[in-house]
Amino acid sequence: MGILSKILTAFRGGATEIGESIVDANSTRIFEQEIRDAKKHLTNAKRELTDVMSKEMQASREVDRLKRSIEEHEGYATQALEKGNEALALEVAEKIATLDQELTEQQSALDSFSAHVARLKELVKKTERQLSDYQRQLSMVKTTESVQKATATISDSFATSNSKLMNAKESLERIKAKQQQFDDKLKAAETLENENSDKSLQAKLAEAGIGEKTSDANAVLERLKARKG
Amino acid sequence: MNIHAIANYLNELGDKGETGFNFDCYPIDGEVEVLQVNVIDREEIPVFISVTDNQILCISYLWDENEVNPDKRTEMFETMLELNIPMPLSAFAKVDNKYVVYGALSLNSSMNEIEQEIAVLSDNCLEVIDEMVAYLK
Repeated sequence: MGILSKILTAFRGGATEIGESIVDANSTRIFEQEIRDAKKHLTNAKRELTDVMSKEMQASREVDRLKRSIEEHEGYATQALEKGNEALALEVAEKIATLDQELTEQQSALDSFSAHVARLKELVKKTERQLSDYQRQLSMVKTTESVQKATATISDSFATSNSKLMNAKESLERIKAKQQQFDDKLKAAETLENENSDKSLQAKLAEAGIGEKTSDANAVLERLKARKG
Repeated sequence: MNIHAIANYLNELGDKGETGFNFDCYPIDGEVEVLQVNVIDREEIPVFISVTDNQILCISYLWDENEVNPDKRTEMFETMLELNIPMPLSAFAKVDNKYVVYGALSLNSSMNEIEQEIAVLSDNCLEVIDEMVAYLK
């Protein structure tokens, strides 16, 4: 059974009661042990791989050496034949036969090392995949547990402090009201600011003798005189 | 990274933050340590932070299963799925019988990124409730 279905089964089976954990501590420990084992296998496989790869390289060098040697001796044998020295040619041919035999052996060793390397590489890859999968699964279990415990902690805290998490509508309304209050205050402050700056501007204008003039007694008298006349 | 480091950072942030929010943090004791982060003027919807082995989880509770209008439940799910990708940095989830929005951060996150996450999560929460209040009783 996959880890997701285990988690879901635990949820739906009611294992979400406070204090009851999804996967008991024992199986988490077993899981962690499996991860440690997989890591050990991986280290061993990698060590063996290095060892077999070095043997493969040795065998490959030996195969090359034997092939060169055979070629060389074939040249000698041909030369001996060309010079009519059949006995020497035969002697060289015997040497070539021995080399051929060695080559066959080395080649088969090389093939077997190569196959072993390929198998080990596959094993390493598989173990690495398995390991990361185990770690992913363990992290899912641990996260689920942690979130549930955190939720329990939060619920407990709200229960003991006698407050409660408000329902969504109430919360939103209160936050909006606060926001509105803040906006209103800001607007009021802005209006006040504007009025103040208006006033100071008016004062400056009056001082400079610009704009609406405040009437003085002389001006009134002049006006009355003008009307009379 | 632990919740106390986050709490100290956010509490001392004052007006030096980059999100325009002020925060009040209260560690809650329990089997798993949780940090309650109150965004000032939004105290009704706190953000809860817990640090696990491999991530920092920030969670805000939206509403309880019993607040959902049963006739609108499926419609609500569809809306949640549709909004899941567009909603920045957060995703919908359900913990026990509570619907939540949450964001998960790497343990290597900077304090600045954590502040950003909390601010965005809080904004998302308000928008989601505003948008989805029609599905509630």
